Amino acid sequence: MKKDLIDILDLSTDEINSLIATAEDIIANPDSYATKCERKKLATLFYEPSTRTRLSFESAMYELGGHVIGFSDATNSSVSKGESVADTARTVECFADIIAMRHPKEGAPYVASINCGIPVINAGDGGHNHPTQTLTDLLTIHREMGAFEGLTVGCCGDLKFGRTVHSLISAMSRYEGVRFVLISPEELRIPEHVRTEILDKKGIEYVEVRSLEDAMPQLDILYMTRVQRERFFNEADYIRLKDSYILTPEKLASAKEKMRVLHPLPRVNEISVAVDADPRAAYFRQVHNGKYIRMALILKLLGIE
Amino acid sequence: MIIGTIVNGLVIDHIPAGKGMELYLHLGLDKLSCEVALIRNAPSDKFGKKDIIKIAEKMDLDLDLLGFIAPQITVNVIENGEKVEKIHPALPEKLTNVIRCRNPRCITSIEQELPHVFRLTDAESGTYRCIYCDTKA
Ligand SMILES: [Zn+2]
Repeated sequence: MKKDLIDILDLSTDEINSLIATAEDIIANPDSYATKCERKKLATLFYEPSTRTRLSFESAMYELGGHVIGFSDATNSSVSKGESVADTARTVECFADIIAMRHPKEGAPYVASINCGIPVINAGDGGHNHPTQTLTDLLTIHREMGAFEGLTVGCCGDLKFGRTVHSLISAMSRYEGVRFVLISPEELRIPEHVRTEILDKKGIEYVEVRSLEDAMPQLDILYMTRVQRERFFNEADYIRLKDSYILTPEKLASAKEKMRVLHPLPRVNEISVAVDADPRAAYFRQVHNGKYIRMALILKLLGIE
Repeated sequence: MIIGTIVNGLVIDHIPAGKGMELYLHLGLDKLSCEVALIRNAPSDKFGKKDIIKIAEKMDLDLDLLGFIAPQITVNVIENGEKVEKIHPALPEKLTNVIRCRNPRCITSIEQELPHVFRLTDAESGTYRCIYCDTKA
């Protein structure tokens, strides 16, 4: 049976561990992977532009010796003429071996996956799922820390709408001894369903706090997200709160030596540029990891050893 | 009159009071040509009040739909005036085109041809979620 990746929880922890092992082997021996996907084609079907994610998928396929076809936004393709996602998937199946789909509507990649016989990777469906981002985060944590077990993970900023935070929490809560420090303004607290259906249900230890500075010394990982102006009812609240969730060298001073800062990028101003030179800043290495984990994922879904 | 007894057919019992009409329409009973009785607010020992539907003909009922509307519903099959079978519809695993996803960001909001499918994700609380966007029913 073909395998897709729609939701991070489609993968067992064993499968995630094996993807991470493959990615780490690719990093160590890139040449031995250079022709693994010869004569294979990846279709990148991007119904909304997301240059960073698309380039990551495309360079991943090229580095495996494969080819890439597709579109990078829906306005200039047949899909703008109203073709259904199911029909597009059935058509593309005739030309490609694997699909990576980005779509503004939730569930579109799932619709594609049940309507074609080739593997479909969800490259982001609205505010819903973005499993390759989560895989990227996991590979980064694993490479930087050596393991997942026993880590204290701080998630900071917009925890209400930040889908990357929700799926990181559901993926990380499957590992032994992980605890979470959820740092956000009252307005952007983690949604109730994440608390009741993931954290409470699995008996995961977590605290909700308002101050990044107070939380800093206990963290092993700090996952930053952006606090957006449009999430607030009034400008005054936004202005009052925004600086508390900006990471600066001063706030970082009390962090552990081995702590690592992650960010799904792009950042706007939530991490000051002055932090970039700090060895604890892992967010650019994270982008690099995104390509390697996508290479491992493409190999796995295509059934290539 | 079939309100008292039926000889051959089905009795859908223990419908929560007020849900009888909804069920009648969902099951398409308005399109039947045989006798159909909808009894509303009948006294019930267990629930105080209940609705009952009696159909004077055997037909295939959508048990998934019955289970979803109320899992306490029972269906009695009547043959020659005798109850020959009592069916307890369970909470169905999957509901197709019974409820609609109301999430405006769901792919079903722009693709009219897609079936609206919900899956039982938590049997204890009877929670159903859209298979596309995971929104709660
Ligand atoms: Zn939906």
